Amino acid sequence: MNANEAVEAVAERIRAAGGAGRRLRIRGGGTKDFYGEPAEGDVLDTRGLDAPAEHEPTELVVTASAGTRLRTLEALLAEQGQCLPFEPPHFGPEATVGGMIATGLSGPSRAAAGSVRDHLLGVTLLTGTGEQMHFGGRVIKNVAGYDVSRLIAGSLGILGVVVEASLKVLPMAEACVTRRFDLNPADALAALQAWGRQPLPLDASAWWNGNLVVRLRGSIAAVEQAAATVGGDPIDDALATPFWEGLREHTDPFFEAADEAIAHQDATLWRLSMPPAAPLLGLAGDELIEWHGAQRWLATSIDPGSVRAAATAAGGHATIFRGRDRSAGTFTPLAAPLARIHERLKQAFDPAGVLNPGRLYPGL
Amino acid sequence: MNAPLPAAAVLDAVDPATRRAEVADALAQVLPAHALLSRREDTVPYECDGLTAYRQVPLVVALPENEAQVAAVLRTCHRLGVPVVARGAGTGLSGGALPHALGVTLSLAKFSRIVAIDPLARTATVQSGVRNLAISEAAAPFGLFYAPDPSSQIACTIGGNVAENSGGVHCLKYGMTLHNVLKVRGFTVEGEAVEFGAEALDAPGLDLLSVVVGSEGMLAVIVEVTVKLLPRPQLARCIVASFDDVRKAGDAVAAIIAAGIIPAGLEMMDGPMTAAVEDFVHAGYDLDAAAILLCESDGTPAEVEHEIARMLEVMRASGATRFEASASEAERLRFWSGRKNAFPASGRISPDYMCMDSTIPRKRLADMLEAIGAMEKTHRLRCVNVFHAGDGNLHPLILFDANVPDELHRAEAFGAEILELSVEMGGTVTGEHGVGVEKLGSMCVQFSPVERAQMLALKAAFDPAGLLNPGKMIPTLHRCAEGGKMHVKRGLLPFPELPRF
Repeated sequence: MNANEAVEAVAERIRAAGGAGRRLRIRGGGTKDFYGEPAEGDVLDTRGLDAPAEHEPTELVVTASAGTRLRTLEALLAEQGQCLPFEPPHFGPEATVGGMIATGLSGPSRAAAGSVRDHLLGVTLLTGTGEQMHFGGRVIKNVAGYDVSRLIAGSLGILGVVVEASLKVLPMAEACVTRRFDLNPADALAALQAWGRQPLPLDASAWWNGNLVVRLRGSIAAVEQAAATVGGDPIDDALATPFWEGLREHTDPFFEAADEAIAHQDATLWRLSMPPAAPLLGLAGDELIEWHGAQRWLATSIDPGSVRAAATAAGGHATIFRGRDRSAGTFTPLAAPLARIHERLKQAFDPAGVLNPGRLYPGL
Repeated sequence: MNAPLPAAAVLDAVDPATRRAEVADALAQVLPAHALLSRREDTVPYECDGLTAYRQVPLVVALPENEAQVAAVLRTCHRLGVPVVARGAGTGLSGGALPHALGVTLSLAKFSRIVAIDPLARTATVQSGVRNLAISEAAAPFGLFYAPDPSSQIACTIGGNVAENSGGVHCLKYGMTLHNVLKVRGFTVEGEAVEFGAEALDAPGLDLLSVVVGSEGMLAVIVEVTVKLLPRPQLARCIVASFDDVRKAGDAVAAIIAAGIIPAGLEMMDGPMTAAVEDFVHAGYDLDAAAILLCESDGTPAEVEHEIARMLEVMRASGATRFEASASEAERLRFWSGRKNAFPASGRISPDYMCMDSTIPRKRLADMLEAIGAMEKTHRLRCVNVFHAGDGNLHPLILFDANVPDELHRAEAFGAEILELSVEMGGTVTGEHGVGVEKLGSMCVQFSPVERAQMLALKAAFDPAGLLNPGKMIPTLHRCAEGGKMHVKRGLLPFPELPRF
């Protein structure tokens, strides 16, 4: 099957499902099936959408099909010394480009480098009526029409099936060093804020269990100078590389312990997205802080309502990332005008409610 | 380009004087007398924005002073079915703030307060009428700045920047407005309070902020914006390099990127543009060059020194005939002075000019310059060129005299040809100025009927009554059919690699 036939086959699947009143759950490698509200419907496998990626190193742009494996794409970029700067998590070797966009998840460098959405330049989409549309493009600056492509990042497939996407890529940094500090969490946040006000190439940070670990990334000159400014204990690359990889892929001991607690103590792993300067929430449980304070992971068995209320009160929002008890809803409920806009957008893109119904919010 | 909005058809149905009295009476119930303008001599100053070729006096102008008044104006207009056109400083270049003949122009000029600078979170929360540059000025005592810097930054407002997703000369490294805005607060068309985005790095649900930024005032009215601030780089230096051939200059742009360098700014001017600005500001540019590049590095002194050396090496290898790095801040500003004055310099050499804003893949810069050279002959008009080369964003300035019969028409045809070629090259009709009314016809070329219909459906999801800045940005199917513009399918052109001059 050639690329156009593969797209047409998916479009036909969508149209047929709509005609028969059936629902489709969109699935690539299935590595992020756990994320979001429970999926419903017949599996629509996107791995047949696998036309070769087109990488233009001097344009800093790559265009890849939804079914392309993320590891294949990253290897292709690495050959030219480039990368996806937002370090999307794979959560397994089968992770695809489509899943990366649909979940919109970014890795340790997100606070400094931006998110999936920030790097998305264009998408080709099959809407709920099976119509193929292009939004955005392959150029970095583009304000023609509403930026629908970026709306698709993190939309969990409720508006359309991504066929292919164009992304801004960047050269890999010249230098990267990791430093460790003994700090309590409040002092760690204060240190990150103080460094953040200086022009330092502060890329990633993680606090857990009395340790703050930071990664500096950029030109050799800037990183050397910054390392001297921040101080701390140097961590060898042989340890640092797998450490950041473990945070990105949730294989770090914190996440392993969280998985244990979920399995045996009915705990929940929360992702708290917070204003970076928000104070510590002081909730019971084990906490890991990333993104210079803006992403806080909490493994806990306390009542979901109190976690969500604490995050909201501090200007953030709380998502149930892993865990069985979804009675409180996976994502923070929307304010009334936003909920109405969501309903109308779903209606506009997928009037028959074929695609990933209920995956983002029940009823959407 | 296009004719202005088809307001005439609507006007036939309603007597504007009667409507004006009705709307002014209703708004007088919710606004103090000094915040409502309805006499023609008071509303004429609002008849256009930075795109002066299109003019339309609004029914009335509302200048609310607080959020309760904005909400009340919107509720009143919603009840009466009156279009609302939000307006900042009116510096937009695509007619996005062109008034509606039967509409209210909602000026946010009085929303000019800096609400908070938070040095810990590195954010600024400002009302939407605050000027772009005023944010960086307020952040300066903390060693912070707001990165997007459209050339109108001394006058343009952050609300207008949000509406247009404005860029500037530092986008390649620092991103556009969307990349630097965390949250916006405002009102729906019904006058209900609404927030998009968050002070966190993401918000629950769909990323609505992504479509609200750059929506040209068609989805909501924004009264407050929270932006990211960045630590000000310790040092910036700029290289000016001359090339005897535009193709060598275009190749140098690609070579810089290929070397793994992301310059803070990378700008290109062709020979005629260089001559025009040199005559105006005496920046010391090389008048023998076919094109010059400005290439900026910022960061720590050690970092900048290293990067400038690498940039100079690329310039040398790319065949630059002359190159020089600024040795002082005064010299850096002098290098930039010409580039920053490209538009007024064009105004000095021609009675009128028309500025294009398309983006193309960087590797096609030289092809585009050559194609524009051929179009100058076809349309018998001159064109001077200044490009945000690092982003592939072009600003060809087509020179004409509106008093010479047919020159405006030929300039429009020239501009349309540049935009169509940009789409064929895989680019877009507007990189940072927005569609407004100016590029409605070109949207028919870039997007298919189903794509445009989908964008109109997206608008309806935010604005079911269709009252927020109606008629801008997304052309109707009917309009595209009338204009006779063909949709160019990206990547599906026959023989896409053939030059089309």
